[in-house]
Amino acid sequence: MDLKLDHHSEDSLTIVEVEGEIDVYTAPRLRELLIDLVNKGNFHLLVNMEKVDFLDSTGLGVLVGGLKRVRAHDGSLELVCTQERILKIFRITGLTKVFGIYASVDEAKEAHGRDK
Amino acid sequence: MATVELTFSALPAHVRTARLLATAIARRTGVEESLLDEVRLAVGEACSRAVEAHRLHCPGEPIRIELCDDSGRFEVIVTDSAPSDEQGRDYTSLRFDDPLGQLPGTLMSGFGIAVIVGLADDVEVFPSQKGMRIRMSWPAAAGGLSPV
Repeated sequence: MDLKLDHHSEDSLTIVEVEGEIDVYTAPRLRELLIDLVNKGNFHLLVNMEKVDFLDSTGLGVLVGGLKRVRAHDGSLELVCTQERILKIFRITGLTKVFGIYASVDEAKEAHGRDK
Repeated sequence: MATVELTFSALPAHVRTARLLATAIARRTGVEESLLDEVRLAVGEACSRAVEAHRLHCPGEPIRIELCDDSGRFEVIVTDSAPSDEQGRDYTSLRFDDPLGQLPGTLMSGFGIAVIVGLADDVEVFPSQKGMRIRMSWPAAAGGLSPV
């Protein structure tokens, strides 16, 4: 399955909807979107990965790159993910300590509201 | 005994083909369904790393993948021709205590192998000046499944 990307803003949070496979072929599109959002002043990003079928280290690198960019503006990049096969990759690489990972968009929005 | 061999040019689009092929053969070899996601990801990681290395060093050279069904194991060997500068590194104990502080290239290469080590039941990495060879295997049904 190819990669589908969409995004919308809710208050100060920009929600990025990702669907399909994030790999060495498709990850550059996600990288471009994250860079574009940050360049346009969106520094609080929430990436919804509930419809992601496949994620590899290239995708992880893009997410880490996005996190570095938003942190340079005191921003945040957090994830919504409950799929065990995706979470396992974050655990193997130790990235569960780096990203805030939530079970739903609502839960992430609530946490973001508390942190504001 | 090698049952399937595939060579492909160093294009990111071919990585998906390689991992689909590996998953299909793993299933046919009798690898448990619960392990197929791990096979798919580990093979994809090895092929992605090889594609990135070839694009830097030798974009015209093909990457080779061998998928073997031998002695109740499903074995995959990914071989590239890009000189590896990572000789002597201990790939079995990669840690990422500061992923945000690492250089992107180091991060990507290290992440890929760390993911393979974390996923495959048995992994060996052989870096050399002639290229890197990654061998990984998983338990499979003895003799594999019927090809029907």
